[in-house]
This record gives sequence, structure tokens and C-alpha cells, in this order.
Amino acid sequence: MSASTEELKDQHGGRGGREGSSATDRLKASLTPPTTPGPSGPGRSPARRRIIGGVAAVAGVVALALLPLLNIQLPGILPTATYQPGALQLMALCLLMGAAALTYHLLIGVAGLLSFGHALYVGAGAYVLGILLERTGMGLIPAMLLTLLVVVILANVTGAVALRVSGIPFAMVTLAFAQAGSVLVRRNPDGATGGEEGLSLNTEQVPAFLVGVSNTRNLYWLALAVLIIVFAIVSWIQNSRAGHLAEAVRENENRVRVLGLKPYLAKLLIFVVGGTLAGCVGMVHLLLQSGAVPRTVSADFTITLLVMVVLGGVGSRWGAVVGGVLYTLLDQRLTVLAQSEAIQSMPALLRVPLSEPLFLLGTLFVLVVLFMPGGLAGFVRRLSARSGRGRPGKDPVTVLEQAE
Amino acid sequence: MDTILLLLVTGIGLGAVYFLVASGLSLIYGLMGVLNFAHGAFLTLGALIGWETARVMGADSWGGFALSLLVGCLVGALLAALTEFVLIRPLYERHIEQVLVTVGLNLAAIALFEGIWGTDPVFIQGPTWMGMTTNILGAQVPNHLFITILIAGLVLAGMVLFLKRTRYGMIIRAGVENRSMVTALGIDVRRAFTLVFTIGGAAAGIGGVLASHYFGYVSPLLGGSLLIFAFIVTVIGGLGSLAGAAVASVLVGVLQQFANYFWSIGDFVVVILLAVVLLTRPSGLMGRKVATA
Repeated sequence: MSASTEELKDQHGGRGGREGSSATDRLKASLTPPTTPGPSGPGRSPARRRIIGGVAAVAGVVALALLPLLNIQLPGILPTATYQPGALQLMALCLLMGAAALTYHLLIGVAGLLSFGHALYVGAGAYVLGILLERTGMGLIPAMLLTLLVVVILANVTGAVALRVSGIPFAMVTLAFAQAGSVLVRRNPDGATGGEEGLSLNTEQVPAFLVGVSNTRNLYWLALAVLIIVFAIVSWIQNSRAGHLAEAVRENENRVRVLGLKPYLAKLLIFVVGGTLAGCVGMVHLLLQSGAVPRTVSADFTITLLVMVVLGGVGSRWGAVVGGVLYTLLDQRLTVLAQSEAIQSMPALLRVPLSEPLFLLGTLFVLVVLFMPGGLAGFVRRLSARSGRGRPGKDPVTVLEQAE
Repeated sequence: MDTILLLLVTGIGLGAVYFLVASGLSLIYGLMGVLNFAHGAFLTLGALIGWETARVMGADSWGGFALSLLVGCLVGALLAALTEFVLIRPLYERHIEQVLVTVGLNLAAIALFEGIWGTDPVFIQGPTWMGMTTNILGAQVPNHLFITILIAGLVLAGMVLFLKRTRYGMIIRAGVENRSMVTALGIDVRRAFTLVFTIGGAAAGIGGVLASHYFGYVSPLLGGSLLIFAFIVTVIGGLGSLAGAAVASVLVGVLQQFANYFWSIGDFVVVILLAVVLLTRPSGLMGRKVATA
């Protein structure tokens, strides 16, 4: 099975955009990041590159894990020194959003599924856990496991229905499901979700080391652990047979069907794994923010995830993480900047746009889409190709893939 | 009986607002394959500037109301044409990037409107007659609904006439059917793209002004919630079908009102309707058969 999909990918390596194809075909084709050749593809000593990439990744993780113990000042980027709660809170949020973007990458980058309802699972994780802790007096771990079960069932049911259609209709069904969830949360049934106010975390059952400002660094490490675990699972899924099958489906669903494989199951698996991981991110988000707000279930949040993934570069795992971190950092820092003396004293013509972070981020996003196809990952890829690290004839994609 | 009649008329009024937004979305998708997320921004700007105009002219005068409609229409059309020209045109044939650009534009535009007008809803009023009600068979029907329904009907008639009777209308219809064929016949479809965007933006601008009278307020967030329902209407009606959009808007509007009144689950019913329609007829009620890849 693996061999046949591999062969299939090679045959269909190019981007789509064939004449006379249907809109959904074109949509899928344009969604598709360039395919990567297998390990036997061109490139010099992939094994060595993989080792270098692995070492760099481990070094990066160790550096991130040590940050709460160090006193590093990054004025303009972080509000306080790295060992203080203010900076730790922000960094933890950045890492979590990186993980959330990564789960969305699994849908859009691997399976080519444009979902507008991914926020539903993040929100479900946060709200279900919050309600269980509030209402049942369960311990944190059993409550988390039960929440996980709920999210898995939710993702299975909604995914099974939504995947009956593809392309834009799929996007709309997922949007509609998320909208239903969002309405439910705002409706505040039986006072369970807190409506617009949101739900605040009941800390009775949460272990003491995860509660309170002084323990922010534990939450930071928890967020880092979530990011690493999500990254590992996403990489594993992407390199598994099911992942290859999903990639093949993204390229050409009919061929997969002709080969006797089941596109539906592969897509459903990716959808459920993505949704479940998003639910886990949602649970930790609840702990980190000491509460859940309706925004985590809204279509806006899914669009935020989409923006993160596209900023980072569709199809790249590192890109998704960097996009998530960068977006969150910019969003927070631009809000602070908006209140600064320098901006507030400007004439209204400059002050109004500059004090709206989303205006700046939206504009940045439009510019990236227009002038930087492939996002940050694509930019890095082109840079490294230009700086001569890629020999002529070498597929630039492999450089990045092997760096992972 | 009178309650049912009242619900029916409010439902059709809501449907009229949905139609004004959804018709443009449907035509744009049908011709260009772009799901336009910036449509909410066109609508919101139309509503906001329409209200500013009405306020200057005197909000309770008919002249002010008529002018606000006209200005809303022009603003929507202008913004839409500009969007097509500056952002969509460089990305022809790259549909996903086009969708992403409209997503980004919507984010930026709504944030900018919030910066200028603030996030709080501003309660508005129209001519005195519109604030009153008319007794029809015992039901006290708000008068602004008649205006909304009348104008949406006129827009629908105008669009149908334009599509059926004019040369450009014919090109647009042909383009929705089979764009490569139109291009092969030596017709520059790109001009039709700008045109479709302008028409959609104009309808959305009018829709914005009427929606602000329907809900009784303007706010930069007006477009966001309407846009999601307009998407749902568009998909239920069949992407690319104007008649489908008209039927589906009324269906969704009426259903939503009834379900909201009796069980207060209007929004869920709409979502369920969407799921049912897509699972039984993936191309929508009146859509062309979408290639089932």
C-alpha cells in the first residue's frame, strides 16, 4: 500500500491547475503544497541533514525549557524578563497557539481539507473540561480523559457528516457546525458556559502547582510539552501510511479510489486526529488562561488559525508553529504598542489604523498572500536556495523538509 | 393566526436582507470560484456610511433614508470594485489565495471600522412611518419590513433583467455555465469579473443599510454575523444560482423566525437544514451539478 501511494505521488508530483477541471479540483490543487519526494529523492546525504535537523530541534527545545530559569530581557518583544510571570504567560500562550496551528496544519497542509470549524474542537476541549471541573468535582486527570472522549466522539460525528462533501461545501458544513457550537456557548444553557462572560476555571480540583501567578512557569512547561507532543504526533501521522494516503487523496482523490483505497477513511482519520489534538490544546488553554471565552469557539478563531498557518507557509510543520507563535506575539505586542505614548500622540489619520492590531495583522496577511507565496517557510526555502546551499537541480523543498 | 402572519412577514423581511448579501456572494462564486469573505466588510461600510449620510440629512426624513440607500449602494459597489481590481485581479486562477486575500481584507477592514466608529452598536431611526406598524388581519407588522421586502424584490428584478436582457448579463451567465468556453470565444471574461464584484458590492451595500433598519442599529460587527448566514443561504440555494439564493433566503429567514419564536432554536435549525440539504443534494437546491471529483 505504501509503495503504491508513493508511486502515485511521484506520478502526480506537479501542482494541479489543469484546464477545464472543476472548481473544487482547482481549489484542491491550489491548496496543495508542492509534494516532496520520498527519502530516495534528490539531495545530498539526507541522513546527515536529518541528524543536523534533529540536533538543532533538541537544542531548541532545551533552550525553550530553560527560559523560565534564565533572566533574559527582550524589550519590545516580551513584557518582562523571561523568568517573570508576565513573559512566561505570553510565551506559553505563543507555544499553545503554535500547537493549535499545527493541528490545523494537519487538516489543511496534509489532507488539503479547508475547514472553517476547527475552533469547535479547541472550544469543546476548554468548555467541557471547565464544566466538568465546575459541576462534578472530578479530579483533573479523570476530567481531562472524559473531555478527551467527548472531543473524540464530537470530531467523529461531525467529521463523518462533513466529509460526505468536499471543497467549499465541506468548508461550509464545518463552519455551520462551529457556528452551532458558538451559538450554544453564547446561549449559556443552564448557566453552564457563562455566555458572553465566559467560564472561569474552578481551581478546587486542579493540582496546586498549576494554579496561581507564581506557578506560571509550570504552565509554561506544560504548554511546551503540549507543543512537543502535538508536533511528534503530527509528524508521526504525516509519515504513516494513513498520512501518505491522505496526501495522495489531496493530490488526486479519483486515483486513490481507482487503486482500491478508501479516501474517506484516511480523511476522517486526519480530521479526527486534528480535532482531538485541538481539544487537548483547548484543555491546556483553559488552565493557562484560567477560563474559557466564547471567542475560542467562534469562526474568527478558526480564521486566526488559518492566518497563522498561511503566514508560516501551508504544508510546513515548522511554518505552522512559527506562524502561530509570531501571530500571537504580534497580536499581544501590537495591542500594547497601540496604548503607547508615541501612537496616542499621533494625528488621528495615523493613530486610528495603528492602534488596531487586527488591522495591521490583516494587512500583513494580505501582503504575505500577495507577495510571499509559501509564507515564511517558502521565504526561507527561497533564501537558502539563493544562498547556494541548494545545488542546481536540487529540489529546494527537500532542504526544508530535511531540516525538520 | 396573527402571530403566524407576523412571523411570516418578519421571516420574509429577514430573508430579503439575506438575499441582498447572498445574491452577490452566489454570483461571484458562480463566475469566479471565489468565496468572498470580504462581503461582510462591503455590507458594514455601506451601513455605516449610509447612516452617517442619513444623520447629516436628517434621519427621520424620507430624503435622508433614500440618500442613505443610494450612498450605501455606491460605497459597497466602489469598495467591491476596488477590491477586485487591487487584490483579486493579481491572483487570477489562484482561488485559494483569492479567498485568503478576502479573509485578510475582512480582518483589516472590520478592525479599521472599529477604530473609526467604535465597537458599540449605535441605535438608529428612520422616517417616522417606518417605525410604526400596520394592521394586517390582526397582525401588527412593522412598516420597515415592507420597504425591505420591496427593495429586495426590486434588486432581484433588476438583477434578473440585467442577466437576461443585456450583453454583459449574458456573458456573466455564460461564464457561470462554462468559463473556458466563453474565453475560447474571444470574450474578455475579466471585465465581467469586475462587474460581478461591483454588482455584488452594491447589493451588499443596500443590504447593509436595510439590515441596520431591520435590527435597529449599526455596528462594525453587523457584517460578521450576517455573512455566516448569507454563506449558509448561498450553499443551500446552490452556489452560482441567483434564483436559488432568492428561494433559500426566504426559506431560511422564515424557518429561522418560526423556530426562534416557538422553540428559540432558530440558528440550530438553519445549521441542520444546511447539513440535510448538503447530504441529500450536495449542489444545493438549485445549483448546477458540482463536479463530484
